[in-house]
Amino acid sequence: MAERTIKDRTAIVGVGATTFYRHGQSEPHTKMELGCRAVLSALADAGLSVDDVDGFALYSGGGGFDTSLAAQTLGIPEVRFTAGLTGGGGGAAGAVGLAAAGIVSGQADVVVSLMTLQQPAGGRFGSAFANKGGTYSAPPSPEKDFIVHSGLMGPGQMFAILTQRHMHEYGTTREHLAEVAISTRENARNRESALMRTEMTVEDYFSARMISEPFCLFDFCLECDGAVAVVTTTAERARDLRQPPVYVTASAHGGAGAWGQAITWMGMPDEIFASSGHRSVATRLWEQAGLGPHDVDVALLYDHFTGMVLMQLEDYGFCPIGESGPFVAEGNIRYHGGTIPVNTHGGNLSEAYIIGFTHVKEAVEQLRGTAVNQVPGAEVALVTGGPAPIPVSALVLRSAP
Amino acid sequence: MARTPPTSLVDLHPDASTEPFWIAASEHRLVCARCADCGTRRMPPSPFCPVCRSDRVEWDELSGRGHLYSFTVARHALMPDMRESLPHVIGVVELDDAPGIRLVANVVEVAVDAVVIGMPLEVRWDDVPQSAVSVYRFVPS
Repeated sequence: MAERTIKDRTAIVGVGATTFYRHGQSEPHTKMELGCRAVLSALADAGLSVDDVDGFALYSGGGGFDTSLAAQTLGIPEVRFTAGLTGGGGGAAGAVGLAAAGIVSGQADVVVSLMTLQQPAGGRFGSAFANKGGTYSAPPSPEKDFIVHSGLMGPGQMFAILTQRHMHEYGTTREHLAEVAISTRENARNRESALMRTEMTVEDYFSARMISEPFCLFDFCLECDGAVAVVTTTAERARDLRQPPVYVTASAHGGAGAWGQAITWMGMPDEIFASSGHRSVATRLWEQAGLGPHDVDVALLYDHFTGMVLMQLEDYGFCPIGESGPFVAEGNIRYHGGTIPVNTHGGNLSEAYIIGFTHVKEAVEQLRGTAVNQVPGAEVALVTGGPAPIPVSALVLRSAP
Repeated sequence: MARTPPTSLVDLHPDASTEPFWIAASEHRLVCARCADCGTRRMPPSPFCPVCRSDRVEWDELSGRGHLYSFTVARHALMPDMRESLPHVIGVVELDDAPGIRLVANVVEVAVDAVVIGMPLEVRWDDVPQSAVSVYRFVPS
């Protein structure tokens, strides 16, 4: 039996995106229209056409991008593979790993992964775990009965609780959270695509209104509409296409069983409570890649909330557990002068929140050498999805096997 | 002082596994599911023990004492009818006689600025008007 691996057997060959809008500003465009525009843009980037597409590998339901409707809307000749990771934004990076799995197993040749996001009319994700009365509410469940009464219904509140514990255990401070917000804003300032381009000072950060302690307004990501798509195919075919191939070197998703529902239950074991939930996934990722954190030139870390960037830096081994605060305070994640530039595109915090899929696009641009904030000579990129309930996910991409 | 979110949020959808917890709650008794075979406690109540996979459950009545494991202070109304209930403290409370078992609940009868991780707490039951349901909050002990 051949070695069971996806390592470097596929490559991302096209990326595309729509304009990014503040939430609720994308009408009269529809979710399907935004998604299809991103797909067409990614195919044009690759030098491929809709006639070449035969698969979809999604996460979080593609944001409502239904394969059956997309297939007839775009006129795809034959759908051979359509699958999605379970869960929500935690699957962002893993969707590309799923595409690779579909291709390496011979089920499809050209697989699209995407997120198209248009928040429900008047709806916001801030109360996503409310039963009723929230502007965007998920269905009730027997498990949720145990938390909803407390008013715990927003992801920002949930991750604030993990961050508060991290501060207690390791001495992390709001100044450390501020450095994540400020360094990410710096990276967005020169980008046409970014929604937040004005400078953020430490004073700006500390004068922002408190939402859910220890998180203030600037610890939260943006709320946006828009779509991002990427196209993955075999490494062989990739070498004949328009763009330099960006090889899918490794991908892992899932998480420790005891992480489980994580933020929506808070029963995680003490040793991983104040973590990103990525620790076991990171171990598998590095093993699969045959690489480690010191090999990474640029890290695109899912940044729905500042504190969770800190915990990912620890779980992926960029610094020891508990030391991410001082690590960022030393300037290590800055584009200018940092040892590991993080979210060079401005991330979910300052460019746009398309549930983490802008991170995949940025990784590809970095490895092609065409990024707006190009890391000189970047050859290896890490992309993550989540912190979230299982699954969280990760991806190692590189410019040459 | 820390306030409480509206009791309209206490909106139960119990199943066979969780119903005994809420029946005990209506009697102001805090109970916890325990595997009848290997003795591992688990919450939320679920059909199988995550350690030995037995489906046999027994219920322990707990003292209601615990300590604050982590928390957030909610200062933004996620829903319009929360505006009158800010700020409120959403706590994760580890129970003293069920180590490792935690409940998410409001911490009340305390100044918001006095809330710290590790503070000792005890349960307070709030009856929900026009229903037979009661909900657990925690107060400093």
